[in-house]
Amino acid sequence: MFAYYFELGLRSLRRNPVLTGLMIVTIAFGVAASMTMYSVFRAVSNNPIPQKSSQLYAVQIDNFGPQNNQNSEPPDELDYIDAMALLKAHRAPRQTALYPVKLSVISDDASQFPIRPTTYAISNNAFPMFDIPFLYGGGWGTEDDENRASVVVIGRALNDRLFHGANSVGREINLSGHNYRIAGVMDSWDPKPLFFDLASNGGFADAIQLFIPMSRAVDLQLITAGGTDCGAQNYGTGWDAFLRSSCSWVIYWAELPSKADADAYRQYLRDYAAAQQRAGRYGWAPNVRLRDVSQWLDYEHAVPPESKLSLYLSLGFLVICLVNTVGLLLAKFMRRASDIGVRRALGASRRTVYAQFLIEGATIGLAGGVLGLLLTGVGVWSVGLIFDAQIARLATLDFSLVALTLGVAVLATVLAAFYPTWRAAQIAPAWQLKSN
Amino acid sequence: MLQIKPVLAALKRHKAGTVLIGLQIALTLAIVCNALFLIQQKVTHLSRTTGIVESDLLTVGSEWTNASGAEVGSLVRTDLQTLRQLPGVADVGVSYGYPLRGGGWNDGVSTKPDAKQSAALAWRFFVDDHVLSVLGAKLIAGRNFRPDEIHVVDSHNLVTPAQLIITKALADKVYPNQSALGKPLYIAAATSPSTIIGIIDHLQGGSASSWSDAISDYVVLEPKLLTDKSNAYLVRAQPGQLSAITKVVRTALFKTNRMRIIPDGEGEGAGVRSFAQVREQAYKSDRGMAIIMSVICAVLLIITAAGIVGLTSFWVSQRRKQIGVRRALGATRGDILSYFLAENFLISLGGVLAGIVLAFGMSLWLVMHFETQRLSLPYVLVGVLLLLLLGQAATLAPALRASCISPVEATRST
Repeated sequence: MFAYYFELGLRSLRRNPVLTGLMIVTIAFGVAASMTMYSVFRAVSNNPIPQKSSQLYAVQIDNFGPQNNQNSEPPDELDYIDAMALLKAHRAPRQTALYPVKLSVISDDASQFPIRPTTYAISNNAFPMFDIPFLYGGGWGTEDDENRASVVVIGRALNDRLFHGANSVGREINLSGHNYRIAGVMDSWDPKPLFFDLASNGGFADAIQLFIPMSRAVDLQLITAGGTDCGAQNYGTGWDAFLRSSCSWVIYWAELPSKADADAYRQYLRDYAAAQQRAGRYGWAPNVRLRDVSQWLDYEHAVPPESKLSLYLSLGFLVICLVNTVGLLLAKFMRRASDIGVRRALGASRRTVYAQFLIEGATIGLAGGVLGLLLTGVGVWSVGLIFDAQIARLATLDFSLVALTLGVAVLATVLAAFYPTWRAAQIAPAWQLKSN
Repeated sequence: MLQIKPVLAALKRHKAGTVLIGLQIALTLAIVCNALFLIQQKVTHLSRTTGIVESDLLTVGSEWTNASGAEVGSLVRTDLQTLRQLPGVADVGVSYGYPLRGGGWNDGVSTKPDAKQSAALAWRFFVDDHVLSVLGAKLIAGRNFRPDEIHVVDSHNLVTPAQLIITKALADKVYPNQSALGKPLYIAAATSPSTIIGIIDHLQGGSASSWSDAISDYVVLEPKLLTDKSNAYLVRAQPGQLSAITKVVRTALFKTNRMRIIPDGEGEGAGVRSFAQVREQAYKSDRGMAIIMSVICAVLLIITAAGIVGLTSFWVSQRRKQIGVRRALGATRGDILSYFLAENFLISLGGVLAGIVLAFGMSLWLVMHFETQRLSLPYVLVGVLLLLLLGQAATLAPALRASCISPVEATRST
């Protein structure tokens, strides 16, 4: 029966080509617009570390005070004093202070130009914390952090480029004029958005290819490649004065496996801030935050507002397209009132009328979906005209988007067909026959 | 004379179609006038001027890989010489921070020392003595920096500069109703003052993002060369020489010294960018949103019009017999035409009334979630007019066809 109704549907599509074409184009546009925007939204609202997003926490302590902070929120980063104090206290099972730095890889080969991969200075805890996979070797040891050792973990792409993919653990590379011993080579690892630092590069920059110990970076007086906020203070001059200042620039993350751990850590942060207040460093009551990955992404507006706005806009557009389709289907079905009358008079039940017209609706939806798929392809391809190249390259037309596009088109059209079908099924056979 | 009553009576028999067209018009109006309003906001945002001569200007970001401190000063001087000798180059300056760069440094400024609350937040551009003239920014009072006033320092040893040049907007903000020239300014909670030696007519800050809109015209120029920040060479080309310079500049700099990073690519992080590219990248999302919304508006209006054509055609075909009867009873073609136009007008009117409410509701929601401005009435009125006209235009073709129905139809059985 299904095949027969499907054939009837196809035949009916050919009967009013203009009306049918209009419906197909309407659905195609509605679906394509919303699927294109969804492809972007899906990329930017991605959970970059789903297995651990409820165990990793961004730590904030208000070192600016109510006069200088924004909307009573502590700054995104800690100052160096607080970061080092928390690191030393080691109250979480794992924790890391970190910041982005600029280091250049300098080749021995004089014909090669220096390159500057994305680099972060971290503590060794970060490797297991962020589930960073290794191809060769591993993270450096705690003693390397303490001894400010010149060790480095490099990314797979950089290892391919410098060592043609060979195991380079133990070899040395020159970073901005200093030699570093390679402790490990990461496998491909590229969380998008880069949850622990959304501010420096917008969270969608090239994958990290270098990690060095933060203690070493501070030793070399490497300034952060991210933001530095000194509030309204004048710390004087010099690197040491900067480290002693309450300028916030150190990102701090802790791994807290259970809710109880998180609560205990939050209490510890409050106690720490209270102790700083008693010591006279802070002139205000403790104001601390502990946000897990999804809360942090939300707080930092990881999803650009234009992406959200265009998604909502395109969904509104789809709704209008569907309202339009309801009207057109109504016109199309009611034109065949006499057909329906005859069928009903010959014994067709309302049920079969329902089946026939819903399948016809689904046929139109499928046709709209196929055209919509082509348009979505064009849309995804042209996302780069509107969004940042870093975001645009994440929006792809993969299998799940293809399935979703077709599914939404068919489902939406069937939904739109419900009312017209109901009206068609209400047609009284006798009346139609009589009026003919 | 047109009679409303029979039209209303007829509409009652087509409730579903009437409601659907009305709903579609209401939703379309709500989206279209909000979109038009947002488009206008984006266009205003991206039409702001930078205060500089944007043509024939090239920005070249170059960072040293190993050099630091005072060494950077002499390397930069060599670079400047190299660039000035390139054919087609009029002049070159070096700066950390320039209009629409995409981020930079901002700090509070104040007219008193140790002020608890700074008078304004401003962009800090660290420039040499060539930058003002290279950019083509207009000095309206005072003088430019002298070569001997430029200090080479790193970002952690920023001693308070003796001289500053600020924009007129900032001058008016910190010293309202008086000339700021020669007056002191304390930058970033400095303990000693700097003297304002020059005032620029207008210079836009380092970012086009909406977070910085409030401080977009507040810029402080400091006579410094920062050794550890991402400086850019600002190259003023002789007319028509920009593309020729763009082709050779990277090679020329690497030839002078290869221990440097000039990022490739096209985006915001690219090393070599013409100012046209800088502007394009700074306003990419604004322009992109304006384009998306224009396209969606246009398609939406077409689809709504098509929907009206479709349903009206259906109604006409349903009523062929009645139209024939009316014609047989003496109605003119004009009567039939105006009947359908009136019918559409009534539906559209209901639609736009509902749409106005929806439009303001949607605007309120946008204000709450996206910090946009409140929709202003003129946009709604334009939208209303647009949709009423659209409805009439879309009805015209089927209505004309209806008016051509012959009175003979009255005698046919279908």
